[in-house]
Amino acid sequence: MLSILTIIWALIVGIIVLGFIAASAMFLIWWERKVSAHIQSRYGPMRVGWHGVLQSVADAVKLLLKENIIPAEADKLVWWLAPFIAIVPPVMAFVVLPFGKNLIVKDLNVGVLYLMALSSVSVIGIFMAGWGSNNKYSLIGGMRSAAQIISYELPLIISMIIVAMQAGSLSMQKIVLAQAGCWNILHPNMAMAFIVYIIAATAEINRVPFDIPEAESELVAGFHTEYSGMKFAMFFIGEYTNLFIISAIAATLFFGGWQGPILPGVVWFLIKSYGIVFVLMWVRWTFPRLRVDQLMGFAWKILTPISFVNLAITGWLLLK
Amino acid sequence: MDATQTKEMYTEEFLINMGPQHPSTHGVLSLELKLDGETIRNCTPHIGYLHRSMEKIAENRTFTQFIPFTDRLDYVASMNNNLGYVMAVEKLLNLEISERAKYIRVIIAELNRIASHLIATGTFAQDLGAFATPLFYCFREREKIVEIFDQICGNRLTYNYMRIGGVLADLSGEIIEKIKEFIEYMRPKVDDYDELITYNVIFLARSKHIGVLSKEMAINYSVTGPNLRGSGVKWDLRKDEPYLVYDKLEFDIPVGENGDAWDRYKVRIEEMRQSLRIIEQAIESLPQGEVTVRVGRILKPSASETYFRTENPRGELGFYIVGDGSVYPYRLKIRSPSFSNLAVLPELVKGIKVADIVCVLGSFDVLMGEIDR
Amino acid sequence: MRPDEIAAIIKSKFPQVKEEAGTNYIIVPKESILEVAQYIKNPPLGMDNLHCITGIDRKEKIEVVYTFYSIGEHHGVTLKVNLTPEDLNVASLSEIWKSANWLEREVYDLFGVIFSGHPDLRRILNPYDWQGYPLRKNYSNPDFIAKPRM
Repeated sequence: MLSILTIIWALIVGIIVLGFIAASAMFLIWWERKVSAHIQSRYGPMRVGWHGVLQSVADAVKLLLKENIIPAEADKLVWWLAPFIAIVPPVMAFVVLPFGKNLIVKDLNVGVLYLMALSSVSVIGIFMAGWGSNNKYSLIGGMRSAAQIISYELPLIISMIIVAMQAGSLSMQKIVLAQAGCWNILHPNMAMAFIVYIIAATAEINRVPFDIPEAESELVAGFHTEYSGMKFAMFFIGEYTNLFIISAIAATLFFGGWQGPILPGVVWFLIKSYGIVFVLMWVRWTFPRLRVDQLMGFAWKILTPISFVNLAITGWLLLK
Repeated sequence: MDATQTKEMYTEEFLINMGPQHPSTHGVLSLELKLDGETIRNCTPHIGYLHRSMEKIAENRTFTQFIPFTDRLDYVASMNNNLGYVMAVEKLLNLEISERAKYIRVIIAELNRIASHLIATGTFAQDLGAFATPLFYCFREREKIVEIFDQICGNRLTYNYMRIGGVLADLSGEIIEKIKEFIEYMRPKVDDYDELITYNVIFLARSKHIGVLSKEMAINYSVTGPNLRGSGVKWDLRKDEPYLVYDKLEFDIPVGENGDAWDRYKVRIEEMRQSLRIIEQAIESLPQGEVTVRVGRILKPSASETYFRTENPRGELGFYIVGDGSVYPYRLKIRSPSFSNLAVLPELVKGIKVADIVCVLGSFDVLMGEIDR
Repeated sequence: MRPDEIAAIIKSKFPQVKEEAGTNYIIVPKESILEVAQYIKNPPLGMDNLHCITGIDRKEKIEVVYTFYSIGEHHGVTLKVNLTPEDLNVASLSEIWKSANWLEREVYDLFGVIFSGHPDLRRILNPYDWQGYPLRKNYSNPDFIAKPRM
């Protein structure tokens, strides 16, 4: 009896999470198009619904109806699996995201570690896509992506560890509660960790100025050049879900998560997350792209040393 | 670090065809790249995808009939192409045009130069991954110029405005007001580009010391225009071999220091400022009078040859016209600037990263319409 | 330097060249184009810029026209080489001026002039397997329809 209830509960939660992911990705795609349009002094989508709010729905329907083209020389299994592997980690990350005081799927006591593990998995999907397409541009894109994500993993993880050290726990919920008095971002060493985190996370999800795996002006579309229809949509949804995830993690780790006055916790959480998403969009539509060697150099020569020094300082402050 | 010296670092070369369908080859250019990882070992450009044999067509058109074809050479600077062609024909005919027409030609040519440099700026930023934003800003400004051109000749891209013996139509007071407004509007916008693009840290990191073209190499390859000036050679036909009324107007020639991609870009930004200065002065001293000289309906130059070159936004556009006493040119050679500018590319990109070839190509601002003719 | 002064200098150095009647173009025998070119590149003439190379099909002969300019000295000169249709070989200048590389390829592509010593003499504007030389006056292609003459 208990097990049946658990399964039903798990199904309900799963449906809610997937629904949220789809809605959030569609909203973010529409929002990104509007933000970019207004930055570029134009309107963006205006035809489908009020100010084009339903544009993403129309696009999703279009993508669903598109023919699924498989390249003749592709490595079929690898090629077919890649979009699934790319989309699973961001979905799994929702398990530990605290939307509110009790609004969390499962407060794992290794939450932060779990997120770190997931972020490493998504590179496999991208690399499989690049390799399986049997296209030179895709292959270069996949290679670049693998190199980039591995490089930026280190500063990303260290800056997350700094937060866990401060809170004394790896559980996301405990990290939020530890910030009850004062948000982490207000400590200088945490602010530094936030800057490192947000740069590394931008690189982790391949956004401008670190979008070299799909650098349009060089590699046409990088690893997803050969994908069409729903498989392309899966990469696309995965990308935007990742964008939300890293912003939500940043909000949780540095901005006090769901805590805030007057408004309910979940509203605060979404405001903070989407605020960070907006900043990332702003960056994307303003900056040029770095070159692959500059990108690696930046990760290894600047970000990694800074995060190590920051780690040492935080440790010293805690032991003092 | 040069990977050729570290033999053990060599990996298997692989061949990649960049273009003719590629987002950043500026049209239908095809580059055959031999890559070693991300480093370019060899680059072979293939051109001719847009070859329309303009020079053969010219032999079957009268001198006047060929003017619209010159629009299609460098289609973002059509006015300048018109100008170069009609001035070459006028030189062949020994025709002197009215003073007002000369000033109008200068104003229009400089406006088109700004429009062309705007596209160069926008697409260069786009090539470096500043996705679409600078490009949209540049197109917003270009739109104002295109509207002015629309008003004076009825077309937005292929103008056919310069005519043998003058220009199509006079500039009305309303249009002159519009041009003045545009100058006021454009000045702060150029400063905006400096803020948004020119001194951006990432932009500097991407374009400084990339594709360095030395003075000697630039001259030896017959590179012209902003690309030559970016290498530090102070050479501009408007100053060095003045035509029309450029010798009566005051302007500077911006030059670069290192000859890298950033210098070539910066020269274009500065040239926009100088062009605004030229237009302002030309409008102030615009004389009254006719805009066309009466030329016969049938133009029959004597059997002679002439070569005339003008300073186009992309470099020196030359027309070598051979007449045989009939109404058709016997031979018409178009010396297009981009053709010679592109020839230097394979030399510059050896040993740099695949991302930089886009940067170098973008900084040269080549246009396939005039390369392939 | 004025064009007639340049012509005088070249003529005094190379007696085999002559001036074209009515113009300042200098007609160089095809055997001596390489040495004339070498000479005008260096001071006193200093033609550092080979600006343009083109061909003109005069039916009985094909002229190759070289337009030189000097960036430093602000002057220019035009050399012409006359080739008979039977023997369309001329020395390549691509060793002296790199710009000659593509410009000569273009003349080869459109006129069939063979530039001996050129490092990479392939067609450039036309497809690599194209037959014939389109800018010759006797060129005919079924796809090409000449406009009726006035």
